[in-house]
Amino acid sequence: MLSRTADHLYWMSRYIERAESLARMVDAHHRMSLLPHSPDELAGSLQATMKALHMIEAYAGRHARIEPQSVFQFVSLDREYSGSIFSCLRSARENARAVRGSLTSELWETLNSTWLDARSQAARRSVDIGEFVEWVKERSHLTRGVTIGTMMRDEAFHFTRIGTFLERADSTARILTAHQSDLMPGADAGGVPDPFQWSVLLRALSAFEVYRRVYRDVITPLRVAELLILRDDMPRSLLRCCKEVYGNVRSVANQQSAETVRRAGEMHAMLHFARMEELLSLGLPRFLSQFLAKLNDLGSRIAADFLGSQTEA
Amino acid sequence: MRGGIPYYIIQDLRLSVAGLSRALMANPPYNEMFSREGAGRAHYLRYSQWLGDQPAERLAQKRAEADALFHRVGITFAVYGQEEGSERLIPFDIVPRVLPREEWIQLESGLKQRVRALNSFIHDIYHDQQILKAGIIPTEQVLCNSQYRPEMQGVDVPGGIYAHIAGIDIVRDDAGEFKVLEDNLRVPSGVSYMLENRKMMMRLFPELFSAHRVAPVDHYPDVLLDNLRSVAPTGVADPTVVLLTAGAHNSAYFEHAFLAQQMGIELVEGQDLFVRDEAVFMRTTQGPQRVDVIYRRIDDDFMDPLVFRPDSMLGVPGLLTAYRAGHITIANAIGTGVADDKSIYPYVPEMIRFYLGQSPIIGNVHTWMLRNRDDREYVLAHLPELVVKEVHGAGGYGMLIGPAAPQTEIDRFRQLIIAAPERYIAQPTLALSTCPTFAAAGLAPRHIDLRPFVLSGREVSIVPGGLTRVALREGSLVVNSSQGGGTKDTWVLET
Repeated sequence: MLSRTADHLYWMSRYIERAESLARMVDAHHRMSLLPHSPDELAGSLQATMKALHMIEAYAGRHARIEPQSVFQFVSLDREYSGSIFSCLRSARENARAVRGSLTSELWETLNSTWLDARSQAARRSVDIGEFVEWVKERSHLTRGVTIGTMMRDEAFHFTRIGTFLERADSTARILTAHQSDLMPGADAGGVPDPFQWSVLLRALSAFEVYRRVYRDVITPLRVAELLILRDDMPRSLLRCCKEVYGNVRSVANQQSAETVRRAGEMHAMLHFARMEELLSLGLPRFLSQFLAKLNDLGSRIAADFLGSQTEA
Repeated sequence: MRGGIPYYIIQDLRLSVAGLSRALMANPPYNEMFSREGAGRAHYLRYSQWLGDQPAERLAQKRAEADALFHRVGITFAVYGQEEGSERLIPFDIVPRVLPREEWIQLESGLKQRVRALNSFIHDIYHDQQILKAGIIPTEQVLCNSQYRPEMQGVDVPGGIYAHIAGIDIVRDDAGEFKVLEDNLRVPSGVSYMLENRKMMMRLFPELFSAHRVAPVDHYPDVLLDNLRSVAPTGVADPTVVLLTAGAHNSAYFEHAFLAQQMGIELVEGQDLFVRDEAVFMRTTQGPQRVDVIYRRIDDDFMDPLVFRPDSMLGVPGLLTAYRAGHITIANAIGTGVADDKSIYPYVPEMIRFYLGQSPIIGNVHTWMLRNRDDREYVLAHLPELVVKEVHGAGGYGMLIGPAAPQTEIDRFRQLIIAAPERYIAQPTLALSTCPTFAAAGLAPRHIDLRPFVLSGREVSIVPGGLTRVALREGSLVVNSSQGGGTKDTWVLET
């Protein structure tokens, strides 16, 4: 397929995934804002999350203080901020439109009507943030379902999936980064772990119910980290995402991509055979920043090998 | 759509302009559904009965449904210079334009004949120029035409076919006669609306299709692909065909994407292609892949910056070299504009006689060429009744609609014509046929035309039907070719 087409498909799915991740993040904090917590705690969590997502600077350019309602509004619906959910939905749709001939008509219509709806919702005077992010998640589920249910299992599908899982791995790693201090051994040494932070973290990664089912026990930092990093059966864990990236990159391998495939495989193998104790002895912050750097490198390599303007040779 | 609706499909509001009103009263338009005496025409009887039975609310609801569906599917044209993602719908009217079988048979043979002659003409112009030697068309009118491409002189194209896809604009005059208004041989568009309008009608009113035998159109993409493959360079067994678009911001982008998808071919932009060793390749995720046929939807001027406009970012450097070497087919060929220019149009009936030895089945709209003294004298004496067009003008610029123009405008054109008569042609003001159409106040007659799409390759073929465009009122007294054009489904009845 055309390199440009693959590039648009890759970014289309990255943007949809990013919109969903942001919606989950807003949703988790929004729920908490409705419960009786200390405002500092909520603002602190939002601050850490926005920092991990590199949003602080853009936010500070528009709002003086970190207040939950303005953060929710900014992340969800800010038309000018290119990282908002609204902008992600627009970018997903623009990428889809550029290659609509390579999409199934159902997938195109889903992305197109998502954008049209988002636009009319954003035009309303007041938007219920809880409803909006719930709607974003539903549209993302629908997009994913239509992708899996209607697309041929060809290159177009693989590049779409590479975009999805690279973005998801990135998002999980960043949310973990925002909460890394709570995940360090001894964070719960004082006795009762902080239920607020845990539930935000787990809910933002759709892992709250999973955690209970898997461990049937109180929440401990070690298990949370294990669930979100090393569990193969956890859809948003780093291992799961790397496994999917590796499998899909292998399926599209070309003559110049050997090193890229190897590095994707290495990232997967490293997580596959890792033990939690090792990661903790390395230090979670160090592990996460190394992981994000490798992921970034992999993304650039995929762009160069498959998506970019190739040399004519 | 290039040019929008023809400029002298006059909106009904225009009837308030006294002069035009008088002109139309002298020649009332032909109504597609009803005869002059008010009786229903036979091929519309079943439909008009059905229409009479429909409650107004149902029709209103169906119209709203059609709008919502067109938006969701994204059957829109991009509006330049607005926020990303804002596109406009071309209004769709739910009353179909119906053609009886015998009229279509006549149209079909007339269109095939015309396009055959046009292809022969283009081939002749870029080879021996016999028609010029025979003195049928003045040589300077062809060779000094800006659409004549000297780069094509002596170049052989597969099958001698230049206009692989032709959109011929047909109107019906007050006597009910079909006439060709314009030939579009460069990058005619609109066929996607023909297909989508049919899909929409079948979805909204399935019962109509069980009550009528409407000739299908949905195989058009198959016929088109087959046609494009049949003109691949010789020796290519399994040709790779691509559709070249200017990109997502082009106003006809929906159609480009739609056709590429329907044919299962790659939709490429100039940046996706490159030329090496006089062959064309596309950049793919698996490395360069050879391309054999380009169905291009950008104008000649933008095709190859090394030969035409050097500032074009849309084309492919070196494409003409590969083309002249016979390693790639471009459809339509470079240089077809020499045959659809307004100054050449009056000669098409002569071409049919010259190349095919036949008399034309569908005539032209009568055209006065102001370079001829007799024509000029007549036109200057009758300006308030006529339409004057600039030969190289496009999109509704540089023309005069006599019956609707103020005296100052008529005087201005008189001076222009006297100063440079060869730059103008004139035609009678046509009372284009009308078809019942939903307007704000209910069903009302609106003027229509028809653009069938003629495909030439191994053979010449036409999918029965075409795009019917209708002049809808836009709430404004200003008539502009890019305003207020809508479309209708076009039915060719099989019995």
